[in-house]
Amino acid sequence: MERIIIIGAGHAGVQLADSLREQQFAGAIDLIDDEGTLPYQRPPLSKDLVSCDAVLPLRAPEFYVRQAITVHSMTAVAVDTAARTVTLSNGKLLDYTKLVFATGARNRDLPCPGAELDAVYPLRTLADAKAVREKLKNAQRAVVIGAGFIGMEFAAVAAAQGIGVSVLSTGPRPLNRALSSTTADWLAAEHRAHGVDVHNEEGVARIENVAGALQVHSTRGRILDADLVLYGIGVLPNTELAAGAGLRIQDGIVVDATLQTSHAGVYALGDCANYPSTTGRCRLESVQNATDQARTLARTLTDMPTEYGQVPWFWSTQNKIKVQIAGLGAPQDTQLVLGEPSTGKFSLALLREGLLVAVESVNRPADHQAARKLLASGMPITAEMLECNTLKELLTLAPAR
Amino acid sequence: MPTIIFTQPDGTATEVELAESTNVMRAAVTRGVPGIVGECGGQAMCATCHVYVDPADAAQLPAIADDEEEMLDCTTAPRSEFSRLGCQISVGAGQSLHVSIPSDQV
Repeated sequence: MERIIIIGAGHAGVQLADSLREQQFAGAIDLIDDEGTLPYQRPPLSKDLVSCDAVLPLRAPEFYVRQAITVHSMTAVAVDTAARTVTLSNGKLLDYTKLVFATGARNRDLPCPGAELDAVYPLRTLADAKAVREKLKNAQRAVVIGAGFIGMEFAAVAAAQGIGVSVLSTGPRPLNRALSSTTADWLAAEHRAHGVDVHNEEGVARIENVAGALQVHSTRGRILDADLVLYGIGVLPNTELAAGAGLRIQDGIVVDATLQTSHAGVYALGDCANYPSTTGRCRLESVQNATDQARTLARTLTDMPTEYGQVPWFWSTQNKIKVQIAGLGAPQDTQLVLGEPSTGKFSLALLREGLLVAVESVNRPADHQAARKLLASGMPITAEMLECNTLKELLTLAPAR
Repeated sequence: MPTIIFTQPDGTATEVELAESTNVMRAAVTRGVPGIVGECGGQAMCATCHVYVDPADAAQLPAIADDEEEMLDCTTAPRSEFSRLGCQISVGAGQSLHVSIPSDQV
C-alpha cells in the first residue's frame, strides 16, 4: 500500500493531508506533529493574545479519525531516503512510499547577552502566547526587539492594554522589509499615535536584570526599562533533518516547480521550502503559501503533476487596521498611491519596469481581492491604467482565468 | 444552548450546539463540519467561511460591517442577499440559526 509521511503538522502539513483525501488518495497518511497539541491556527496568536484562551484548531479531532490520518505526537529524528524510512523520537521506524517535509521555521534566537533572562519572550507557539499574555497582566512597560509583523502586531496589542511600549527597529522604519516605505511610514505614524515609541536604526546591545526588573541597552546607548521583552527578529527554516538526509539546502529545502526536492519522491512545502517563483527563487512565510502549496502538491502526489504558481498574499492586523498584500514587491519598485491615505483607507501599487507587481491595501479588502485576481490573470497593468481605473474596473478587462 | 444547523450542498444537515457567542466559523471548524475553511483564523481576511443564512433567521443577526461587506463581494461561490462570513456572525442564548454551505470556498 502507498504511504505518505508528512513531517510537520502546521498549516502546510494539515492542509496537505486534507487535500490528499479530497483528491481521493486511498493510501496511508502519517502526520508527524512535534508540538504535541492538536494542530492550531497560529496567525491569531500575535494579533489577539486573548485568543490563546480559545485556540482555534486547524481541524476538529474527529477530522483525523474520519479521514484516516494517523497523527504521531513525536519528533522525526532521522530520514533514510535509500531505505525510505523515517525514525521517530521513540525509536519507531516508519516506511514510506512518498515523503513530505512540512517542517516550517523556528524563531531566530536573540543574539545578545541577557537573551536567556526570564520575561524575554519569542512569540510563535501557543505556549509562547500564553506566557506573554500572563506576563502582560502585571506589566507596565514592554520593549519590542524587531519591527516586523510579529513585533508590531504585539506592540499594538500591548499598547491597547495601556502598556508603555518601545520598539527597537534596526531598519529606517518599522516593517521596512515587509512593506513599501509609503505604507510602512503610514503605519508607523499610526503606532506612534497610539502611544508606541519607535526607535529606528537602533538594535539591542544587551539586556540586564537590575533588581528584578529588565533593562534593555540599545546599540545607541539608550536604556529602556521593561517588565517584559518580546523579540521577533525573523525565522530560520527547519532544514536540519532534510540536510541530514542529503537533500539540497539553500535558504530552505530546495524544491522544483512541482515542490519535489533534490531526491525523487521526496517533497517540501511551506515555510521550509525554497521554490522557483515567476520572479526567482523564494521562501515565503505565510498561511497562503503553506495551504496553496499543499493543495498543489496533493495533485502531484495523486498522479496529476502540477506546478505551483499562485500569487502570494499576506495579511496583518495592527490597531484594528487591516493590511493585505498581494504579490511580491521589492524596495526598488515604483510606488503609486491609490486613494487617499488620510482617510485611513488606501492601496499602494508597486510597479517594476512599468508594470504592476504587487498591491498593498490598508482597510481596503475589495482592492486586495481584485489585486489578487488581476495579478493572477497575467494582464499587464501600467501606471496610466491604474490612474484612470479602480482595481475592480481593471478586473473587468482582465481575461478570465 | 444556542444551536446552528448546517446544510451541505447535497442536503445533509448537521446540528451543532455551542457556547453562547461562538461564531459560526469556529463552531464549524471545531466540530468538523465540512465546507467551512476559515483559513485566516477568523479575521475577515480570506472569505473562506462564506455561508447563506436562512432568510427566516437573517433578521436576528447584526448588520454587515464595511470590511465584511467588501469581503462578501469576493467569495468563490456567488454572493446572495443572505450571504455572510461565518466568522462575523454568532448565535445568542436560546437562539438557533440555519445556514447553508456553498459548493466552494477556495
